[in-house]
Amino acid sequence: MLEFFRDVIEIVTEHYPFLLRGVGYTMLIAMTGTVAGLLIGLATGVIRTCPLSKKGFVRFLQRVFNGIITAYVEVFRGTPMMVQAMVIYWGYAFATGGSQLPLVPSGILIVSINTGAYMAEIVRGGIISVDKGQFEGASAVGMTHWQTMRYIVLPQVLRNILPSVANEFVINIKDTSVLNVIGITELYYFAGIIKRESFQTFQTYFVVCIIYFILTYSVTRILRLIEQRMEGHESFVICGSQSDPHAEIRVPKQQEVPHD
Amino acid sequence: MTETKHVFEIKGLKKSFGSVDVLKGVDMTVDTGEVVAIIGSSGSGKSTFLRCINLLETPTGGDILYHGMNVMSELDSVYQYRASVGMVFQQFNLYNNLTVLQNCTLPQIKVLKRNKREAEDIAMDYLQKVGMAPYINAKPRQISGGQKQRVAIARALAMNPEVLLFDEPTSALDPEMVGEVLSVMKALAQEGMTMLVVTHEMAFARDVSNRVVYMNDGVICEQGTPQEVFGNPQKQETKDFLARFRNE
Repeated sequence: MLEFFRDVIEIVTEHYPFLLRGVGYTMLIAMTGTVAGLLIGLATGVIRTCPLSKKGFVRFLQRVFNGIITAYVEVFRGTPMMVQAMVIYWGYAFATGGSQLPLVPSGILIVSINTGAYMAEIVRGGIISVDKGQFEGASAVGMTHWQTMRYIVLPQVLRNILPSVANEFVINIKDTSVLNVIGITELYYFAGIIKRESFQTFQTYFVVCIIYFILTYSVTRILRLIEQRMEGHESFVICGSQSDPHAEIRVPKQQEVPHD
Repeated sequence: MTETKHVFEIKGLKKSFGSVDVLKGVDMTVDTGEVVAIIGSSGSGKSTFLRCINLLETPTGGDILYHGMNVMSELDSVYQYRASVGMVFQQFNLYNNLTVLQNCTLPQIKVLKRNKREAEDIAMDYLQKVGMAPYINAKPRQISGGQKQRVAIARALAMNPEVLLFDEPTSALDPEMVGEVLSVMKALAQEGMTMLVVTHEMAFARDVSNRVVYMNDGVICEQGTPQEVFGNPQKQETKDFLARFRNE
């Protein structure tokens, strides 16, 4: 038992440059991929909820676009990311007669479009959950679809879907491990190298397992904090009273008027 | 240009949802400074009528002329039109992510392209008027229904609309909050604001409006001055409706 821990510590102390680089690339790809995926999701959400134009040609284009989005979502949700990585990476090589995509950018690309497909559905759910009155209140004063989305709906959507976005981020941290199939040097890839150098398979993957957990756990904690921050202040200040126009009366959360 | 003297001239307005005909040909003219109360039982089409005027619903037939201009076909910008025809909803529809002040400034800044300072000055004027100036930092979820509706009225007024449409503005309120909203509306009416008010508040219709319109089954059944409609209704449907109300 003691020997096991000695081995584990040895792996960490001897191979920490590999481990750190692996963590760096894993987090880089997962984070960029999640953010890019979220942007894709928001964009599809805005496009899909856009009311159909009265002009025939524009309406046709909208229909085509919506069809493309639906196909994209279905295909990328319905196939494993590991296979997508192989198809995109080797597909590019096949199409260009052997030239290869740079590894890390292609990893980010694959995670982004894969996450985008899920985010499209998450955002769609988020938009549906926003009260219809919010859209009407914005339309009624003359805001365009884009203005309504940008200033009223999407801020509320973002707040509502943050737990799901955090979930996607955690999934991405773990799922970047499949990118080793195209040779991207993320954490799991380095685990393979360390295993081959140390001949200690179990100890190596034990260490890597713990590192993955530390990464995902810290990310969920941090995002939970952001979530609480986005909830906003529960108190507000009443400016002025009947006796003193400059009074500032803080109304704490407890005195909040119940919803009717 | 005799046809332009009306703010609204509505001819044969129809609206169907699928196979259900909600509006079956509504004719109405509205002049500047008029306060029109639209009454009728649930499902009579009065809310749909109001929503068609603002183009929140697309009419399936008939014409809406705004100063002689057909709003279904001749508008340069549906957004500018909506900005000049304000709407107040039963469910307030304040923007939940914004403060009271931002609720009143955002539409001005984005739709009317006013600068922030100007928008805030105008918003403060109207918030003062509806008695909500102290609450500018509150979010909608922190204030009561009556307060929300007064903010919603200030938001609509800050756009300097020519007409205000009220869609059952007090129906979602607790009874003790109805008064504060009605008194704001009454003040507006006395200042000469052109208003179309769908309401179940018969006292408001009787005391504040210039004209009462009774809608039944997708058409205007009877209209006239409050004295005429409440004092001496001509149609049997109107008599039945008013009798039901008195018994409640």
